[in-house]
Amino acid sequence: MSTAGSLRAKRAAGRTGQYVALLAYLVFLAFPLLWLVSTAFKPPKELGSIDPTWLPKTWTLENFRVAFDSQPLLHAALNSLIVAVSAAVITVTIAIPAAYAMVRYKSKVSTAGTGWILLSQMFPFVLIIIPLFLVLKNLHLINSIGGLIIVYVVWNLPFSLWMLQGYVKAVPISLEEAAAMDGASRFRTLVSVVFPLLTPGLVATLMFSFVTAWNEFFFALVLLKSPENQTMSVILTRFLGAEGVADLGPLAAASVIAMIPSLLFFALLQRRLVSGMLAGAVKG
Amino acid sequence: MSLTSLKLKPQASGNRGTPPPRTPAQRKATLGLDRGGWFLLLPALIPILILSVGPLLYGVSLAFTDSQSGRTNPTQFIGLDNFADLGNDSLFWDSFRIGIIWAVCVTALQLLLALGLALLLNQNLRFRWLARTLALVPWAMPEVVVGIMWRLVYHQDAGILNATLKDLGFISENVDWLGSFSLALPAVIVVGIWAGMPQTTVVLLAGLQNVPGELRESAALDGAGIWRRFTAVTWPAIKPVIVAITALNFIWNFNSFGLVYVLTQGGPGGETRLPMLFAYEEAFKYGQFGYAAAMGLAMIAVIAVFLTMFLRKRLKEEAA
Repeated sequence: MSTAGSLRAKRAAGRTGQYVALLAYLVFLAFPLLWLVSTAFKPPKELGSIDPTWLPKTWTLENFRVAFDSQPLLHAALNSLIVAVSAAVITVTIAIPAAYAMVRYKSKVSTAGTGWILLSQMFPFVLIIIPLFLVLKNLHLINSIGGLIIVYVVWNLPFSLWMLQGYVKAVPISLEEAAAMDGASRFRTLVSVVFPLLTPGLVATLMFSFVTAWNEFFFALVLLKSPENQTMSVILTRFLGAEGVADLGPLAAASVIAMIPSLLFFALLQRRLVSGMLAGAVKG
Repeated sequence: MSLTSLKLKPQASGNRGTPPPRTPAQRKATLGLDRGGWFLLLPALIPILILSVGPLLYGVSLAFTDSQSGRTNPTQFIGLDNFADLGNDSLFWDSFRIGIIWAVCVTALQLLLALGLALLLNQNLRFRWLARTLALVPWAMPEVVVGIMWRLVYHQDAGILNATLKDLGFISENVDWLGSFSLALPAVIVVGIWAGMPQTTVVLLAGLQNVPGELRESAALDGAGIWRRFTAVTWPAIKPVIVAITALNFIWNFNSFGLVYVLTQGGPGGETRLPMLFAYEEAFKYGQFGYAAAMGLAMIAVIAVFLTMFLRKRLKEEAA
């Protein structure tokens, strides 16, 4: 009896320990976020206070107004949207046939493709961006949205191929054989059998490409020079200028705006993301 | 009809009168899968070759030239001069030392914290959903926003960290976290962990789903404690996942740029100047394309050395 009792006590203590640990994680993860949001809604008077409070005493949208006035935020958001949507759509469009071919046709090209996907993760961006910068300069695509879209497509391709391959593998080949037996052409099989089954994976890959492009900073920083072409990430760093302290509120407000689309897509993506990442890793 | 033979199993080969079984290659030929592969790969292959493989080779070749921005006389091949210069550049060595400290610390602590969180989230705890959701947020955020957010937290006068530590009585004067020589790198490392932990957690959590629950239960029945169950059952099952994500994390962290660029721009006095920040400055502030490319190659070398060390140790363990 007593051993059972002590076991129960031990288990209860373990449970409490687990909750304490979980609470510590929650605090670590949440407190910077809370601070960012709180700063975005604080009036300038409170921001300058030497004894900052966790939440604004009076909530205000003033910082958002100033943020939109001081930098071309709306324009930057539009740029980001154009770049991210175009990059995502183009990436996935050229990745679908390639992912299909890499799974179904076991050729040397497919093997090389997989090798490249893994290898491309290893290279420092600086080794890619210098030659790309020189090439794009010769094509007069520096400081242009178009040039950035091209760069993002290439940059997004490896991971998109990786994700899509996982989804293609999940389509049973026997379905395609059955369609062929019923006299469907190759093309017909792809369009009416394979692609419909790929739709959920396609949507997930699209969203992931979008978020990657929306969040990207390094390439945009190097390639876009004039403010009217810059994307959200780059415009945000302009708030960090010499002004420093005075700009904290608008800086926080602009940051909150910049992260909304990504958070939205990630919320929708949650489940798929995990399965997608692992799906690519399943042995074929 | 050739299509009917698709259904034949290898065992059927002994029967007289039936055609020999088809090899996988022949089977593919029947479906038309041996042709047309090129056609499907082409849309992806062309941009990859032109904009990824091509520039990469070009970039590697630049490392052996004196290429500069805005120069009128033609770029010349200078052999290993850039690498000799790198060897004598103390700023370069500092930057690489900082880069390695950063990458090793962030990767190791990320793994440790992510493993703890993943194990917790794998338990049947209340508020698990909240932690799961919160854990995804840093992953989705643009790294520039993460950097800005932590600048607000670390802010010397208006930051919440100083205010809280003061209220709790840990410090009596406001600390300049990102401006102090000794504190800047640790402060930046904490941000790196915060930003990278979620992805690792999610991957580990997925790996934990594959740990057979019966094994853990039977180990518990045999009297194994929590620690023993972890080392004997859980750890071996998730080890491949851990090795893969740690290797990737190390590469990503060593190549990291945006976070630290926003937080400190490499300051104070170069204390947080990661290799990528250094290479970026060389290339796009001073226009030294050739030199920066050589730096990029040196970064690959560091990554290759670390990965070899890491993976060889793992292979040895596997053999033992």
